[in-house]
Amino acid sequence: MKFMGYRRENGSVGIRNHVVILPTSVCSSETAVKISNQVPGSVALPHQHGCCQVGEDYKQTLRTLIGMGSNPNVGAVLVVGLGCEGIRPREVGEEIKRTGKQVEVITIQECGGTLNTIAIGARIAKEMAQKLSLQQRVECDVNELVLGLECGGSDPTSGIAANPALGVASDILVGMGGTSILSETTELIGAEHILVERTKSEETAKRLLKFVQTTEDRAISMGEDLRGSQPTPGNIEGGITTIEEKSLGCIYKAGSAPIEGVLDYAEAPKGKGLYFMDTPGEDIDSITGMLAGGAQIVVFTTGRGTPTGSPIAPVIKVTGNSKTYNNMVDNIDINAGKIIDDDVSLEEMGQEIFKEMLEVSNGKLTKAEVLGHREFGIFRIGFTF
Amino acid sequence: MKSRALVANIKDNVATAIDDIKVGERIFIKSGESKIEVDIIQNIPFGHKFAIEEIVKGNEVVKYGEKIGAATSDIKVGEHAHIHNVESNRGRGDRKRRGEVQA
Repeated sequence: MKFMGYRRENGSVGIRNHVVILPTSVCSSETAVKISNQVPGSVALPHQHGCCQVGEDYKQTLRTLIGMGSNPNVGAVLVVGLGCEGIRPREVGEEIKRTGKQVEVITIQECGGTLNTIAIGARIAKEMAQKLSLQQRVECDVNELVLGLECGGSDPTSGIAANPALGVASDILVGMGGTSILSETTELIGAEHILVERTKSEETAKRLLKFVQTTEDRAISMGEDLRGSQPTPGNIEGGITTIEEKSLGCIYKAGSAPIEGVLDYAEAPKGKGLYFMDTPGEDIDSITGMLAGGAQIVVFTTGRGTPTGSPIAPVIKVTGNSKTYNNMVDNIDINAGKIIDDDVSLEEMGQEIFKEMLEVSNGKLTKAEVLGHREFGIFRIGFTF
Repeated sequence: MKSRALVANIKDNVATAIDDIKVGERIFIKSGESKIEVDIIQNIPFGHKFAIEEIVKGNEVVKYGEKIGAATSDIKVGEHAHIHNVESNRGRGDRKRRGEVQA
């Protein structure tokens, strides 16, 4: 099956064509936003990190920023550094350049302050935006798509309707040779024994269990009941009682395909098929991990309703709860509550989600895109010093 | 008639309401090939669970054919099963703090 996408220099395929203004630290984030404000067609990725981080935490933030710039939905990148931060602006630029796309690097200290940086940055970004506007979509195979599976603000309809329907769509994509990423390690707690059965190698199984153990140990080491935050108050109000119940509903998103491998946060899959990525259950950080790993499209199921999107990728919202769909129709793209209310089959609903994925890949804007939702967060695993 | 509650797996001892169900109602639920009849003894909001079998304190609560926690008190058939009478056995740092053994 084919769709129309943007072919990149390294052969990957984008379904959007953004100029990204990428700050390397919190110190250059505001300036990056101001540059982006001058140039329609560009988008900034402001964040709170990038300095005074060490070890694995530093490496993960670096990998995430490089991954976001390298994502195939991004046609060109302007890296904006302060100049003295821990994450080196030129290193980030050089790594993103490996994709073959145009990358420029400026720093506020070299440009001589905010106003000069805005002027210089906006001129560079303007040229990039104009150049990208000339690029035409070309025919691409759906096996080039990498789908990020996400759920948030879950309620029991997520496990009954929305997640199993998304699982059908994920299986369709994987069946056509594409790639799908399940994430949210917290939401594997109590369901890991089921996924382990589907891993293709002993090593993958071991790593998957290690991810879950590490996450659970993190919660236990704090001396609190995980139920203080997972399930969330909204999950509980909706009727989800324990993390085990939430997890068992959550993993339906991954359909029934075998698990090819497991990935660190923001790590790119090595091949096609279904992968698991080690991310937190918090939606925004989780989506960032999958996008930095190369996903071009996200399907996000919700029971309670949530508006969030992404600066660089379309996020399709699906709910299994018709009341939520009607309540937040401005935000939710697909009502899978039809499974509960009208006896629509999971198979039919999965087909509908897959069809929407194709249309969105061809350029149809999702509701989160139309409304300008650009939530972005990086998962931190260490202290700031 | 439209089903008002779902049993995800025949091993389950709870069902999920897909409508607001009132105390005193008698409802019929499909569980696998068979149909079960439950007298609801507490109001069950949409999305919430109720017991379809007697669950004794300390025993497993089963949904999706898997254990989702344990009963912290006896739960009668038709009774609301939620955080007031079901607890998780995972991520329990509070038990460790109190010196209890992690289940």
